[in-house]
Amino acid sequence: MQAFLEIVVYIVSFFSLYVQIYFLIVFLENRKKITIHREPLRLFEKNEDYPAVTIVVPAYNEGESVAITTESLLKLNYPKDKLFLILVNDGSKDNTWEVMQRYKDHPQIKIFNKPNGGKFSAQNLALENTQTPFLGCLDSDSTVHPEALNRIMTYFLEDPRIMAVAPTIVSSKEENLLQKAQKTEYEMQIYVKKMMSLVNAIHVTPGPFSIFRIEVFDKIGKYKHAHTTEDIEIALRMQKHHMKIENAPDSYVYTNTPKTVKSLYKQRKRWIYGFIQNALDYKGLFFRKKYGNIAFINLPISFILLSSVLFLVISILRSVYEFIKTQSLTISAIGINWETYRPKLELDPFFFNTSALMFISIFLWLLVFFSLYMSQKMLYGKTKINLNILWFFLTYTLLAPFWVIKAMFNALRNYEASWTKEIDSR
Amino acid sequence: MEKKDWIRYILVFLITLTLFLSSAWLSSFMNTKKIRDIRNIQDKISIDIMSSETQFQLLQEFTCKDVSASSLSGELNSLAEKIAYSEENMSKTEEVKDLKKYYSLLQIKDYLLMQKIKDRCNMPVTPIFYFYTTSENCSNCVKEAAVLNKLRAEYPELRVYSFDYNLDLSALKTLLRTFKVEDTKLPALYMNDKLYTGFLDENNIKEILPELEEYARIRKEAKAASSTSTTTSTTSSTSRK
Repeated sequence: MQAFLEIVVYIVSFFSLYVQIYFLIVFLENRKKITIHREPLRLFEKNEDYPAVTIVVPAYNEGESVAITTESLLKLNYPKDKLFLILVNDGSKDNTWEVMQRYKDHPQIKIFNKPNGGKFSAQNLALENTQTPFLGCLDSDSTVHPEALNRIMTYFLEDPRIMAVAPTIVSSKEENLLQKAQKTEYEMQIYVKKMMSLVNAIHVTPGPFSIFRIEVFDKIGKYKHAHTTEDIEIALRMQKHHMKIENAPDSYVYTNTPKTVKSLYKQRKRWIYGFIQNALDYKGLFFRKKYGNIAFINLPISFILLSSVLFLVISILRSVYEFIKTQSLTISAIGINWETYRPKLELDPFFFNTSALMFISIFLWLLVFFSLYMSQKMLYGKTKINLNILWFFLTYTLLAPFWVIKAMFNALRNYEASWTKEIDSR
Repeated sequence: MEKKDWIRYILVFLITLTLFLSSAWLSSFMNTKKIRDIRNIQDKISIDIMSSETQFQLLQEFTCKDVSASSLSGELNSLAEKIAYSEENMSKTEEVKDLKKYYSLLQIKDYLLMQKIKDRCNMPVTPIFYFYTTSENCSNCVKEAAVLNKLRAEYPELRVYSFDYNLDLSALKTLLRTFKVEDTKLPALYMNDKLYTGFLDENNIKEILPELEEYARIRKEAKAASSTSTTTSTTSSTSRK
């Protein structure tokens, strides 16, 4: 058992290191291609040259925040006659529909009321009522940077093969340590997502503010229920049809992150469960040359790293068990003896950990810090060193195993868990 | 998929492999160094013991002032910790086993020398032989080791000689035969010319070795005396008694 676990830990660390080095190499190859705009953009001289864009805002029990989301979209630096909003009330039980009523006469906005059917159904309703060449969606817990749309559109204008562009999601505000931890997590994703997009291996076009060419839906069909992660399904379906997905690292969407452990747990469980189920639905993508890097890097590595959590947890629990056992035996033999816990004055380098795994971890940490450094450089133009990274590693090592294992367990049993259609809309 | 994608995969694989192998090499290099360190300490102790022995044999009037009981045992203790750590954390099992054999031999030699010094100089020394096993799940061994460590810290006169029952060493085999230690009854303690098996707590051991309390009392008195009169040193006052 011990030897088996050790081998698994080595394999997992090999793949983790492989992925980080892969990103590093992609970065070194393409670093000149990463454009970050910091000033307001003007895409065309004349407003009429701008392509028309529709943004859908599906809402289920969002109340006032629909108005906040809508207002932020109206403030986008984009010609008013080229930007249209569709607000869809997905059978909310609160005042969401009343809030939407405020915009019923707005020239840019159409509002719809429908019985509850899940986010994908709200998006499909909007899709049927869209005439513009571009379509996007913005969850009603998010707001956009005024330049977000312009910056995304630069990619479409540059390359007609690009079919969708994913934005960069950052945390809108942090009120507690859990949200500070998530802020760091979102920041780290900026680098990872950009590297994935550079090798055309993106597996998710996030619900908040991914923009699509409308022909995507003409060619491959509408949104599906897709285990309540329609944003993963549509991206995988696009990959299957060899459609190119880009990532705009400077197009910021501010999203409200879960405030409590329970809501974070539910959100992550849903995401990972959705990822596993969708990846299984698209298992034909795995290791097939014609699908490119997503077939060899993104999907297989995600699976390996997810299952590695299971082994890491077993291995950590084993050491914790051994430690507690020795300690309790010692205490039962001689009582609590503080002398043994007092740190020794002189540190003997002999007792420094010099296992191979230790050095591998050091390499891995250096690469992880590099990815955070690059992410922050892309986001702020400089690095902000703070304690958030500490909260991130602390909370995620403690909590992530729970949602990963639960999601895997549910996926294994193909168990449609408690997120019923009603919760669907979020 | 393009050719450059494949090249990238191979390049990344080679870099990862290089880092992996360098980690393994670095680890092996440092561990070898650690083992060499232990061997050096052992060699030093070995020389110390041999030199004391030789001194003992050469000069019939061995000067008791030259030997302080605490110096040798202290070094042996820190060595035991290092060997136990290496056993748990290093994959070089053969080398570590060799070190353990060496260590066991040094302990036996230390015991033999101590016995002579004790007789000659009337030094307050009480040996305990402790036999344990690492091969099976011996929770009583963990408990016994904790008790002995505590006692050793409390009573410097106590010299604990610990031996891994399963070590393949002829001198140790002889010791096991002499003391009639059986592997089914571990942990085992040999003290006051008698073998005790199973877990013994602090009080059990103190009952078997009443001289420990006596030593502690003498030490305390000596300390009180030395704080009042600066002329009498602690060691000489204890050895005189």
